[in-house]
Amino acid sequence: MPELIRNGVRIDDSFAEAFPMSGTGILITGPNAKWARQAAQTMTGFATSVIGCGCEAGIDYEVPPEETPDGRPGVRALLFAMSSKDAEQQLVNRLGQCVLTCPGSAVYSTVPGEFEIKVGDAVRQFGDKWQMSKVVEGRRYWRVPVMDGEFFCEGKVGLTKKSVGGGNLLVMGTDWDATMRATEAGVAAVQSVRDAIAPFPGGIVRSGSKVGSKYKGMGASTNDAYCPTLRGVTQSALDEDIGCVLEIVIDGLTDAAVSAAMRAGLKAIIDMGPEQGAKRIGAGNYGGKLGPFHYHLKELLP
Amino acid sequence: MKPFTFKLRQEPPQRVDLSVLTPDRLAGLSPAQIEKIEIGVTKSSTKVGDIFEIISGDLKNLRYEGGSSRFDLIGAKLLPEFSIHVDGDVGAQLGRLAHGGRITVAGSAGAYAASGNIGAEIEIAGDVGDYLAAPLAGELSGMAGGRVMIRGSVGSRAGDRLRRGVIVIEGSAGEDLGSRLIAGTIVVLGATLGRVGYLNKRGSLILAQRKDFGPTYLDCGVHHLTYIGLLSRSLAPVSSGATRLLSGKLRRYGGDTSVYGKGEILTPIEG
Repeated sequence: MPELIRNGVRIDDSFAEAFPMSGTGILITGPNAKWARQAAQTMTGFATSVIGCGCEAGIDYEVPPEETPDGRPGVRALLFAMSSKDAEQQLVNRLGQCVLTCPGSAVYSTVPGEFEIKVGDAVRQFGDKWQMSKVVEGRRYWRVPVMDGEFFCEGKVGLTKKSVGGGNLLVMGTDWDATMRATEAGVAAVQSVRDAIAPFPGGIVRSGSKVGSKYKGMGASTNDAYCPTLRGVTQSALDEDIGCVLEIVIDGLTDAAVSAAMRAGLKAIIDMGPEQGAKRIGAGNYGGKLGPFHYHLKELLP
Repeated sequence: MKPFTFKLRQEPPQRVDLSVLTPDRLAGLSPAQIEKIEIGVTKSSTKVGDIFEIISGDLKNLRYEGGSSRFDLIGAKLLPEFSIHVDGDVGAQLGRLAHGGRITVAGSAGAYAASGNIGAEIEIAGDVGDYLAAPLAGELSGMAGGRVMIRGSVGSRAGDRLRRGVIVIEGSAGEDLGSRLIAGTIVVLGATLGRVGYLNKRGSLILAQRKDFGPTYLDCGVHHLTYIGLLSRSLAPVSSGATRLLSGKLRRYGGDTSVYGKGEILTPIEG
């Protein structure tokens, strides 16, 4: 594989292969930043991968009180699923179980998508006919009486089918500590990009998968080519100096958001250099035949 | 581009129906054709040209230079993205059944202003007659959307059968404010006369001055409501008084329990 080198870090001539997804985003506000964050964290919990969670979700950014519709601190959360039906089901369930239940929370739509999910119109029935509808500046909201006051929720949330899921960076280093340092820097840069999230724990996944398995009925299994403990015994993709691989997976509301996030992540990892951080950066793909979005690392280099 | 202007030549000899003078209905007509439009409502004829001098301009923005309390139905069925400004008074049914757009009046308005308004933003600098945003006789609901901003005071039965939207009255309100409210929100910064919120179903009345609301409104305690925060921010650019009223906790009275009873009157804790 011909290699590019930036600041001493080897860059694979490879690309991340990504897929179209249905994406939606909501703004959750709370009486203070702690409880706004709590509602968003709860709603985006257990949402690392569509394979087992039904959706991928995460916190996009925090919004200061001056910029929220109700003047309270807010957090913007994004949610992605493989179909608009899945996205709707996941959002309505998560809203009902995680945000409605969270003290002080309120919900606003933030994605002007081509489609709409009726969230408030589903949650309102919790009000048992005590709920009230309010239209302000053309947008409908529901006021649902709850035990700490009122749950305030916008009636409809935008949904876009132009979202992209599966942008990624494979960060490879000598050992766990150095690789983690580089990956954490990459995640921080990715998270600073708006309209994109890294849904895995802390933005990082250590169990990258390949398609297929030796067991019947398993669609995916460990990516042995990137497992350092198997370097000598399998068809490994790792060099002599690589002892640990961590992956950053990125979902974005748009194609542009994913490439901007990958670009930011790459820059942060390269800036750290091979002594402190990663020796090599790669990207995961399936040969380019499955996903329509290809993010070539060489085009995203700083 | 300058607005399309109707400059007042003389006070009309009779009430005039100006519902035909909206941007969409004037599109494609020459000034000469517009001058021939009949606007009188009696047997004797009154044409646009008799009352107004026409100064052509951008039809999206209409302007009346000079008003009259005989100017009825200005901006009726106005469509979104158009605007009308009246530099003077207007008569009855300003913005009747307006779908959208913006109407501003520098003077005062007659009865039934914003009657059946569906989505327009209407602002009146002076006072308004009775039946603000109310339905005409026989109609089942009043205003169903949009926002109405009154800097002065209003007559009786303001917001009758309001169904949706926001009405802000910076002055005082006459008898029976918010009677038969279906839903929607009315904010009053001044005093209110007589009964308020009579037969209110699900509407919100936010009153700066507290008084006895009668036995069918029940005290539900003092609360900080998220909706009030949103409304406060929404009104911040147009009414500092309303924003001040909405910035703190409010006491909620639930009612009118003589009917459906899911509505409310919100007032400051003191005052």
